[in-house]
Amino acid sequence: MRRSSALGRVLGKGSAKYGVDHWWAQRVTAIALVPLVVWFLVSLLFIPRFNYAILAQWMNHTWNAVLLVALVLVVAQHSYLGVRVVVEDYVHHPGARILTLLAFQFAHVLIAAAGVFAVLKVAFGAYAFGVSA
Amino acid sequence: MLKRSRPLSPFLHYRWQYTNTLSILHRATGIILAGGFLLLVYWLTAIASGPVAYARASRVLSHPSFNVLLAFGLVAFAYHFCNGIRHLLWDAGFGLERREARRSGWVVAVATVLIIVLVGCVVFIWSPGIL
Repeated sequence: MRRSSALGRVLGKGSAKYGVDHWWAQRVTAIALVPLVVWFLVSLLFIPRFNYAILAQWMNHTWNAVLLVALVLVVAQHSYLGVRVVVEDYVHHPGARILTLLAFQFAHVLIAAAGVFAVLKVAFGAYAFGVSA
Repeated sequence: MLKRSRPLSPFLHYRWQYTNTLSILHRATGIILAGGFLLLVYWLTAIASGPVAYARASRVLSHPSFNVLLAFGLVAFAYHFCNGIRHLLWDAGFGLERREARRSGWVVAVATVLIIVLVGCVVFIWSPGIL
């Protein structure tokens, strides 16, 4: 059963004009998020008190910072892919659809950048942690 | 392109049933969680902006309306998490029979309630520092 052209098969493209990249990325990020999100929630629950000093110290810890950056990046991609499918399904006007998709894509990149920057700033020790707020 | 209204490809009416209920809930909770992502990054940037900014954000986030929002976020997360794993198992080829799919739908519902109760108990009883 070969319905696709040789080039299409090589590039992994079907009748939808693009490959399975979107579908696959949505699954890959979902799999990655299972342990990441469990780690994040359990860590939060083990933080004794939510004050500035304790949280900043927690974010300053190398592995916490690394996993937080990973969490922000993977959530951003997973969220963007999901929102994109919803927009493609429910926004029918082509112009409005493109604009909505662009807006959500830009928003996701901005939010992800802000999240990564925030974690790194604390991780690289922007503040003294003795201060409690 | 002809401007005639032709029937769209599966031109039939779908009966409302548990399958599409769980499916639409997956989307709805996903959208809620996209909002939760924004909240998460707001919280991270507040910590990164220093003690004063964190204290201000903390006052905002501990407002009762945000607690309600957070509770909704927990419900959305619990469902999206469980049903997402169900979707991944389907993608791997497991549980596609009608009986199995129905059973896993119930498993998702029960697991969702369990996660909500568990996390809710931990947040409110063991670690009040979160709120």
